[in-house]
Amino acid sequence: MDTIQGILNGMMRETLSPQTAAVAIAVIGLNIHLGFTGLLNFGQAGFMLLGAYGMAISVWHGLPFAVGILFGLGAALIFALVLGVPTLKLRGDYLAIVTISAAEILRYVGRSSLLSDFTGAAQGIPGSQYRTPFTSLSFFGNGSFTLWPFNYLDVAGGAAWVRILGWIVLVALIVGLVYVLRGKAGLAGGAKVGAAVVLGVLAVLLVFFLFPVPNQSTGVNGWWVRFVAWTIVAICTFLVFLLVRSPWGRLLRGVREDEDAIRSLGKNVFSIKMQALIIGGLFGAIGGMIYVLPSSTQPDSMGRSLTFFCYTALLIGGAATIFGPVLGALIFFGCRIGIKYTASAYIPDSVMNAQQTEQFSYIVVGVALMLIVIFRPQGILGNKRELRFDV
Amino acid sequence: MSEHTITTNDMADPAARTALVATLDATPGASKPDPILVVDHIVRQFGGMTAVDVGHLEVQRGIITALIGPNGAGKTTFFNLITGFDKPTSAKQGAHWSFDGRKLDKTSASSVAQAGMVRTFQLTKALSRMTVIENMMLGAQNQAGENLFKSMFHGVWRAQEREIEAKADELLARFKLLEKKHDYAGSLSGGQRKLLEMARALMSDPKMIMLDEPMAGVNPALTQSLLGHIQTLRDEGMTVLFVEHDMHVVRHISDWVAVMAEGRLVAEGAADTVMSNPAVIDAYLGAHHDTDLGDDALLTDEALEEIEAEVAAEEAERQAEEEAEGLR
Repeated sequence: MDTIQGILNGMMRETLSPQTAAVAIAVIGLNIHLGFTGLLNFGQAGFMLLGAYGMAISVWHGLPFAVGILFGLGAALIFALVLGVPTLKLRGDYLAIVTISAAEILRYVGRSSLLSDFTGAAQGIPGSQYRTPFTSLSFFGNGSFTLWPFNYLDVAGGAAWVRILGWIVLVALIVGLVYVLRGKAGLAGGAKVGAAVVLGVLAVLLVFFLFPVPNQSTGVNGWWVRFVAWTIVAICTFLVFLLVRSPWGRLLRGVREDEDAIRSLGKNVFSIKMQALIIGGLFGAIGGMIYVLPSSTQPDSMGRSLTFFCYTALLIGGAATIFGPVLGALIFFGCRIGIKYTASAYIPDSVMNAQQTEQFSYIVVGVALMLIVIFRPQGILGNKRELRFDV
Repeated sequence: MSEHTITTNDMADPAARTALVATLDATPGASKPDPILVVDHIVRQFGGMTAVDVGHLEVQRGIITALIGPNGAGKTTFFNLITGFDKPTSAKQGAHWSFDGRKLDKTSASSVAQAGMVRTFQLTKALSRMTVIENMMLGAQNQAGENLFKSMFHGVWRAQEREIEAKADELLARFKLLEKKHDYAGSLSGGQRKLLEMARALMSDPKMIMLDEPMAGVNPALTQSLLGHIQTLRDEGMTVLFVEHDMHVVRHISDWVAVMAEGRLVAEGAADTVMSNPAVIDAYLGAHHDTDLGDDALLTDEALEEIEAEVAAEEAERQAEEEAEGLR
């Protein structure tokens, strides 16, 4: 019982971490590229790295925090222009090739010892050099607290029956939420949205009740950075919602379907693709900044594998959906850590040691990705009808 | 009602059309009294092969002009060239074309469409993972909501969006697609996609619509209604240029016919007379189509020399023409 509780607590901590939120923001950007516009960007980690460097280097060298953020965004914007100008007039594959190599070039340049004064070379820039202005913004105060302070431990001393009952109710809430969202509960319009919101909020409250998370209030990696990160995730999601329901979003999907048709209707396809590349890249840069705030700015932490984690999260959640990227990121990081802890808890060390469980978790994620692409190519939230006519 | 349905055209009257067509000069590249599209010296070569080599062509405003020719005559390539989807080899070497008084020598496909010349494709390009109405609404020009910064504010584009949707509904009703409004375009039949593409092109209120084989793969019943639609467009004042293989269709609706063969413009004329033009018959059937190949008399040396002389004369004529063009 306590082992299971421990695994679930670990998953909860991981899904709530600022890293997950950072990747979720990068995936929101990637969704604009791949999901809505059909641009194959394999260099999202490059955009993240630029955002992180822009912020970290400026603050490290004494510039104000806001200027650092602007530098990070500006670097990503220039990167998008440099990548887009030569490739967006060509077929989609070229963008894929150029983005993946450009992201690698950035990483290697960052590692170069010639730039130690700026990038800190392979060791990177320690977080302590640039974190202070961010943490000093915190209004959470010092100390630490647990969310929620009132949790399962306060009911009958955290007895097994309390937890099992809570888990059953939680599963029921999630099932009910899915039921409502798929329109099977006979609700429509406002009632449907209302019911979904109520169920969702209840589920989140219950999750924190069952798996309370203790953290420092501000600290290096505490509630403050989590609060900011997830608020930005919410803002980005809302922004994407505004963008894609507009005629501009319709244009993006038109470009994804057939560039020549859009061209024949008098639209400047190059400019639209460029706008999409820049917007998605800026989201990537914001993600990168959040990614490094609780840790250090190390070029190797934002390499190819991070790009592919972004792709995995996007495909799990569902491309061309609003909430798909966030859900995908939550599931990807939560499940990976769940698999790792389960393997280390139940598989004896003689079969698989701690290091191997880490690798094992990535293997399982890879297999899961393949299964999803084969059996549910539209992802969890995707629209099957939108995918059916693949001519 | 949208603008283009109000403006009627003198060319809606069949007698006026016959009168106009009678005054036109039936030689390839002849000038027209009121040309909407003027094309000069467009050459497109693929390696050593010359796909298109049109010296001069004018398209009269307000009538239906058909562009016909045997397979490989370069009709679609010509379409791609003048709509900006391809660049002529002769660019910067005397290739000029202008639409409605506006030079189009170096413009992109999107600005050609913005100038009012909208095309459809031989293989329909319905945006299959979008609904029919979304397809239609993409066709409208000057949408405020397509600007990245304005798009985030619903209020800025809501009114225009409603107008566009009303216009789209009207066109869909005309093309009998209104009940399919919320279906994905990918679920439509081939003929319906042709209709959708034509309707989508009309969303931009074009001055001239260019249809690339609008009847290909469409069943006969639907062909009739498509033909009706094309004639209505003309009667509303639009200029229509279309590529077609089916001679019945060409004879039935076109007022003027331009014939291409081997990349050149070989004949022009009214629909009923151009078919009997020897150049057209040559283009479709070959210059010696009425010669009996089984006739032993052809195997004599004289006959062979005669044919060789004919070929040489043709070549010389062609060369002289090219030189003359080069001097111009």
